[in-house]
Parts: sequence; structure tokens; C-alpha cells
Amino acid sequence: MVADPVALQVAAELFPNGISRYAVGGLLVGLGAVVIYVGTGIPAGASTFLESTLSYVSEQSRFQQYVASRDWRVVFTLGIILGALAFAATIQSGVITTALYEPGTTGELYEVGGVTLWTTDVQAWRLLVGGVFVGIGTRIGKGCTSGHGVCGVGSASKTSLVGVLTFLTVAIVTAQTVAALGVSP
Amino acid sequence: MSEDRHPLFMPLILVGGLIFGFGLGFSQMARPEVVLHFLQFEDFGLLFVMFGAAIVSGIAFAVMPRVRDSAPLTGDRYERRLKPFDRNVLIGGAIFGVGWGLSGICPGAAYASLGVGNVAILWAIGGMFAGAYLQGAWRSRRAAADSAASSAD
Repeated sequence: MVADPVALQVAAELFPNGISRYAVGGLLVGLGAVVIYVGTGIPAGASTFLESTLSYVSEQSRFQQYVASRDWRVVFTLGIILGALAFAATIQSGVITTALYEPGTTGELYEVGGVTLWTTDVQAWRLLVGGVFVGIGTRIGKGCTSGHGVCGVGSASKTSLVGVLTFLTVAIVTAQTVAALGVSP
Repeated sequence: MSEDRHPLFMPLILVGGLIFGFGLGFSQMARPEVVLHFLQFEDFGLLFVMFGAAIVSGIAFAVMPRVRDSAPLTGDRYERRLKPFDRNVLIGGAIFGVGWGLSGICPGAAYASLGVGNVAILWAIGGMFAGAYLQGAWRSRRAAADSAASSAD
């Protein structure tokens, strides 16, 4: 069977890095959330960690309401970091190879103790200023890409759908504007 | 959440986080450039990550309440804990969107980014904590002002 060349060309333009790394990665992200939900009934989000961790060092009433969940949120975040490190030590380092993974060409690779690590080319000021907006917005908006985007959309929450559409639209406009102003990377 | 948690509670949270973080690394969401390429319409792969993950978790959210009453490690009921909609969802979402579009970084992906070796991401993580602190301090003060005003009535 010969694949339709037009369809292939469109796919190559929309998905220059293929879709398998995204699809497999997304399924694993969902699976991580499912493991926690099945065991504990908790729909896990990543952004509450910011406020709950601040409760260790700040007496502000806003943070103190997260005292009950702050310990497991630290463990969850530690798990995310270690899980990504496990990815770096195996697939990113080439110890395990799979046709499902497309390495990508952005940023810089470097090695520490035989582990291939990666660092971004995106400028520090963008990360810092963007981070401040993310920190304010995700907490006022009650969720981020995992809380609203994965768990909220997964439970067909109208609030989360509206939240996702809002931040997706604004993010697209912002990123396009920044790129049009010639800021890169 | 009580003090006498099931001994497997924390190990399970850790395992869930490990899978979650491995997935963020594999999908390259831990790379801000890849997110920015999506937002600039150069690579639509991110859609597969978000909707792939939402479908998998959505199946569990739909099935578990029908299979069991409560979660084995907490005794919590399997239920939809829906967040109430108000103006803040739009305002906060828009502010989050500005940050996401500027940096290509969101909370979960930022922690994973540290794991794949991206030390520069500490700028973003520092920024996120600063932003979360600013809104928290402001809202704590406003909440205190509100309760002071109502008790004066």
C-alpha cells in the first residue's frame, strides 16, 4: 500500500518531529496521574506545590490552608524531577533506544558522569519573567496545564475547559507577539 | 487527610510522580523551546501530550467511581472535585497564558526540566515561587481586611 503523499506532507509540516514521542509521553503523564488517583482519590496538579511549599516558610493565611497536603506535594514534585532524571539517564543518554523517541535539536546537550543532560537556549529573563506570571496566574486561575489541562479536562470540568482555552489563547498570542518582535530563542 | 496515613501513601505518590516526570521528559515538554514551537504553530505535537494524558486520566475518573466507593490508601471517595467557576479562572488563566507564552514553561514541566539537567530552569522556578508568593501575600491581606470589615458590622 502506498501512503497518500499529500497527507504525509501535511503531517510532516504539522508534526516535524513526528507524533510518537508526544503521544507516548502524554500517555505516561496520564498514567502517572491515574496511579495517584486510583490509590488515593486525588486528582493531582503540579502548581499547588508552589503555594503549599511556601507554607513551610510563610505564615500568610493563603498558604496555611495547604499545610495538610504540603508533604505529599513535595514527594510528588520530587518524583517528577527524579522521573525526568531517569529519562535523561536512559533514553536521553542513549542507554535505551526506541523508535518511538525523536531526540530533537533545540538547546545544548552536556554530560555529567556519563549521563547526557540538556539545557535550554531560552534566555534567562524570559524564564524569570514568564515564571513570575505563571506563578501568579496559575494560583489565581485555580490550576495549570496538569490540574486543568490533564485532570480537569479528563473529568470534563467546564471550569477547566474554560481555563485551558483562556491560557492557551493568551499564550499563543503572547508567543507569536514575542516571536514577531524578533526575540529568539 | 489524617495523620495516620496508609504506609503506602507516600511511596505511591512518588511512583506516580516518577511516571509523570518520565512522561514529561519523553514528550519533551521539559524543553521550553518545544512548547514555544507549539504556540508559534511550528509543531502541534503538544496537543497529543495534553489530550493523550487527559484521555488516560479521564478513563480512570469515569471508571473508578463505578468500581469502588473509596480509594484504598486514603478512604477518600472517588468523586469529581470540580473547581467553581468565577472571574478568577479567566483573570488567572490570562496571566498564566502570558507567562506560558513568554517562557514556554508551566509548573510540572519546569520540575521535569530540572530533572533532565536544565539548570537554567531555576530562573523560571524562582520566578514561579515569587509570583505565587506575591498573589498569596496580596490575597492573605485582602482576606484579613474582609474579615475585619465584616466583624466591625
